[in-house]
Amino acid sequence: MSEILLELKGITKTFPGVKALDKVHFQLRRGEIHAIMGENGAGKSTFIKVITGVHMPDEGEIILNGKKVVFRSPLAAQREGIAAIYQNVTSYPDLSVTENIFIGHEKVERGIIQWKKMHKAAEELLRPLNVDFQPAALMGTLSVAQQQIVEIAKALSMNAQIIIMDEPTAALTNSESEELYRITERLRDEGKSIIIISHRLEDMYCLASRVTVFRDANYIGTYQVSEITPPELIKAMVGREINDLFPKPKAKIGNEVFRVESLGRTGYFKDISLSIKQREIVGLTGLVGSGRTEVVQTIFGVEPYDTGTVYLDGKAVEIHSPQDAMKLGIGLLTEDRQNQGLILDWGIGRNVTLPALAKYARGKITKDPIENMAAKALCEQMGVKAQSVFDKASSLSGGNQQKVVVAKALTSELKLLIMDEPTKGVDVGAKAAIYEVISDLIMKGMSILIISSEMPEILGMCDRIYVMHDGRLMGELDREEATQERILELAMLKKTALAVEG
Amino acid sequence: MQINRRRVKLTRDRVFSSRELSLLAILILIVAGIQLRNSTFLSSRSINDMLKNYSTTITLALGMMSVLLIGGIDISVSATLAFSGMSASLLMRDGVYSSTLVMFLVSTAIGTLCGLLVGLVISRGKVLPIIATLGFANIFRGATYIISDSRWVSAYQFDSAFKRFAQTRTLTFGLMNNLVFIALVCYLVFFVVMRWTRFGRRIYAVGSNPEAASISGININRVKLAVYTMAGSFAGLIGAMYTSLYASAQSDMGMGMEMDAIASCVLGGVSLSGGQGGVPGVLLGAMTMTVISKALPLIGISQFWQKAIKGIIILIAIIINVLAQRAIHRNAMRARERQI
Amino acid sequence: MTAHPDRSILAARNKSLKSVFMRWEFLLLGLFLAINIMNAVISPYYLNAGNLFTAINSFLVKGFIAMPMAYLLVLGDIDLSVGSTVALSATLLGVSYNAGVPMGLAILIALLCGTMCGLLNGLILTRFTELAPMIVTLGTMTLYRGISEMILGSQSTGSFHNVSWFYQIYYARLGPVPYLFFFFCLLALAFGFVLHKTIFGRQLFAIGSNRLTAKYSGVPVQRHRLICYTLMGLVCGMSGVFYSSWMGTVRFDIATGYELEAISVAVLGGISTSGGKGTFPGAIISIFIIGLLGYGLGLINVNSQTILMIIGLILIAVVMAPNLKTRRKPGIKTS
Repeated sequence: MSEILLELKGITKTFPGVKALDKVHFQLRRGEIHAIMGENGAGKSTFIKVITGVHMPDEGEIILNGKKVVFRSPLAAQREGIAAIYQNVTSYPDLSVTENIFIGHEKVERGIIQWKKMHKAAEELLRPLNVDFQPAALMGTLSVAQQQIVEIAKALSMNAQIIIMDEPTAALTNSESEELYRITERLRDEGKSIIIISHRLEDMYCLASRVTVFRDANYIGTYQVSEITPPELIKAMVGREINDLFPKPKAKIGNEVFRVESLGRTGYFKDISLSIKQREIVGLTGLVGSGRTEVVQTIFGVEPYDTGTVYLDGKAVEIHSPQDAMKLGIGLLTEDRQNQGLILDWGIGRNVTLPALAKYARGKITKDPIENMAAKALCEQMGVKAQSVFDKASSLSGGNQQKVVVAKALTSELKLLIMDEPTKGVDVGAKAAIYEVISDLIMKGMSILIISSEMPEILGMCDRIYVMHDGRLMGELDREEATQERILELAMLKKTALAVEG
Repeated sequence: MQINRRRVKLTRDRVFSSRELSLLAILILIVAGIQLRNSTFLSSRSINDMLKNYSTTITLALGMMSVLLIGGIDISVSATLAFSGMSASLLMRDGVYSSTLVMFLVSTAIGTLCGLLVGLVISRGKVLPIIATLGFANIFRGATYIISDSRWVSAYQFDSAFKRFAQTRTLTFGLMNNLVFIALVCYLVFFVVMRWTRFGRRIYAVGSNPEAASISGININRVKLAVYTMAGSFAGLIGAMYTSLYASAQSDMGMGMEMDAIASCVLGGVSLSGGQGGVPGVLLGAMTMTVISKALPLIGISQFWQKAIKGIIILIAIIINVLAQRAIHRNAMRARERQI
Repeated sequence: MTAHPDRSILAARNKSLKSVFMRWEFLLLGLFLAINIMNAVISPYYLNAGNLFTAINSFLVKGFIAMPMAYLLVLGDIDLSVGSTVALSATLLGVSYNAGVPMGLAILIALLCGTMCGLLNGLILTRFTELAPMIVTLGTMTLYRGISEMILGSQSTGSFHNVSWFYQIYYARLGPVPYLFFFFCLLALAFGFVLHKTIFGRQLFAIGSNRLTAKYSGVPVQRHRLICYTLMGLVCGMSGVFYSSWMGTVRFDIATGYELEAISVAVLGGISTSGGKGTFPGAIISIFIIGLLGYGLGLINVNSQTILMIIGLILIAVVMAPNLKTRRKPGIKTS
């Protein structure tokens, strides 16, 4: 048995018009946690799909356990002990946890599935992972964190030697992430080899012993985590140094623009009172599932509220639909930009003008040239990387998509822009660009409400921070008094024990 | 954190889900109501007649269910039924065979081929199911008219044993009508297949999340092909049952039966977006449709009213279902509100 | 805001000749010409304008339905109840006329009936957004047909042709061209214009492409759906009136299968049933392709069932052909 478990040499993969991987190398040792980092579009996802047999490489070879292998299908890779936990959890919501774990390798005797044995085996797999749900529960009823643990159990059930985690912590709260770290470390101690892909530097520094960096489909290098500093790593990823990540503008904060009083929606949140002043950046944070997203969706009129009043410029207003909110000058960038923010099939121009068609039309009749020029101007202003306004939104990277979504919001005259996880799944370079945009908007007199799970972002950008827990507002912190510890304390105030458990 | 060790009775291990139980309750209410108006309804003779006459529709719902479970739809089944029933009848008329068994096998085989064709077009040709089966409904129906030259195969042209088959109880040695028995066997086999075999679970998996299914190595195209082929086989089998039952084969036979089959599935809790629904539910759904069709004349409602009432019932059933789910959700939210 | 002068995004499209002529509508136009030439070769009587328009008129009655159906398909919706709505509207027209209601009022009743049917579909679907359009309209398809059957039983109602102006609705011509044809053209222009050149149309495409994004972008999704379903009902009512004027009598089982033909026509025209894609001119051309194909085949004594079969084959072939060509995409391999 050699020390190297998996090796990929000179892997090249070309898609029509795009070179996704260009002679990439990678080595995975037995029992190590190895991080792969790179900006969006650097080729990480394609690389993973090559290892797991979803894509066949055009060139290069894969050596597993000293033997050259060719994976013609995901199944072939699974048989060799390679399991992947994908970015968007790939589970079956209508099936039980047990079935999700054993799909593809059910326990079958004489053609009949042995449910009892499977439930029992599932329970045994889940027990060491510290879960609080039943193997017979339907997958669709679990939280994202719980579903991810099921995915890990699934990998274990297949006796995987190599477990690949694609952005495992993207949708998790800090405490859930810590729980995941613990599980991951235990897997390593049991001799599994783990590949972890993440945008979060914390993930890498907490877990990995080595890191491989990709940039623009190329292999940049493999480093010992202990020997590389964050600035060096970021430089390797983006090819340049990013100094001022949070350009917090020194804007003159004006009068109150927006206020809600004791807003409530049965079963989701209660007694939410918050206010935002002109040119102020306000953060709304808390654990995932604390009701943050529901609050802003209600403010935007997507879901109805049962109690409370909304005030804009001191006047009580009624918001029953997104149209109402937009007319009042409230914009929302949703967390899920692919499903709620963009029409991926459409050109970016059409996407940008969709919320404000009337503005670019003559009467009820649309005018394409006017729209295209307006979209061009807004996209250029946002620094969207695209050839023309007819480029499909699906062809852009996550960061550029987010810029298009922002451009979309800018078509309307906004007083308040709500941003739900504006930098989720966005690479470092695009992040900086989005922060820059936020600053510009503030300077123009807009107010901004940011929802985020990323502490540095909240601490770096916001003037004031509201913290939610379990559907209630737990507190309000000024920029000066806010620290990571204070926020976490509030976010986990009521049920500290539970929050730690994840 | 501890695994909750409390024994929870698993939904999956129960024969009926709560939704199916409520449908059962509704079915019982309907039956009781009809019985009060007309006491002959629950006589063994009337029940037997009812099951015999609707065994075709009831069985057809099974094939439809498997298609709906993967998120597809098949509106060509009634045309497949007509085509296979007609082809097999023509062969019998022309004296190629006279055995009932062979007739059933031939009809089923032809149906299977039709289903295979539909499946190929959908899985390999990547045509949307509604479009593909819409086209094939026209094709198979047209083919039925062509091969029969728009003429009937009448009772006297069938073998007498074949005509008797639908009216007798030979298969179970007198226990139940042959067609009813066939339907029952289909249901039992399907129940086991859907719940306890890999194939059955794959169908659910593909319907629940096709993307995940393909990543975990399930060959979606093969499952699709299998499911549409199966729906075709059922349609073929029912083609033979249908001709035996009415002792004639007509080019327009079975028209609109696909709608009854879909309605049975939907009443029984099969989701049109795939992944949800079970055999017991479909049985209850099909029985409800059957009882309604059979019972309306019995309680003095003109046969011309049947269709309207069926339509109303389908609409009410799906709306009640939505309202019930909303109520469940609202209650869950109220319960959660107390914890906030 | 920081400008990025180094990065310029094009706002105009370079239209290559190829991209214009490779469009679906041009292929359809080619098919349309081919069918006309074929028909003219097969039958010397085909190019007689009078005969030709007689044939065209007969398929326009259902052709009208394809227009709002195209809207619904663009929305990602579908309406299977259209044939039943036509029948119910025509039934009410017949019954009220025979009960002594003046014909003008009877027509209004029919139009109102169609509109109400469509409105009911729309109301159910927009109030209970969890429901799939296919299943709801399947239910109303049975219901509307059932009501019609309830009213008429196995009887027919008719003698509309006693009112000569009513007869003229379908049969009156300007030269060889029926007025109905002009009306159809006007309506098609209006529908096409609204779909492709107005805010409303663009928003329909947005809803069909991604309903959630449309909602978050301030598009009144449910209101637009309600409008389209109601419009569908109104056009079905119109079709019912034309049918009555054409045939002179009505039975409960008229117009069966109209829904399938309307959907086939729209799909052949390049409108995807999954929503958000398609062009209106394509749908209009394919009304004529399918209609004239049927007429041509009828001229050489191909029976109607065979014609249906051929339409089915064309439908599948047309939808499948491009998929087969692009099947060997590099990359994703999941077997």
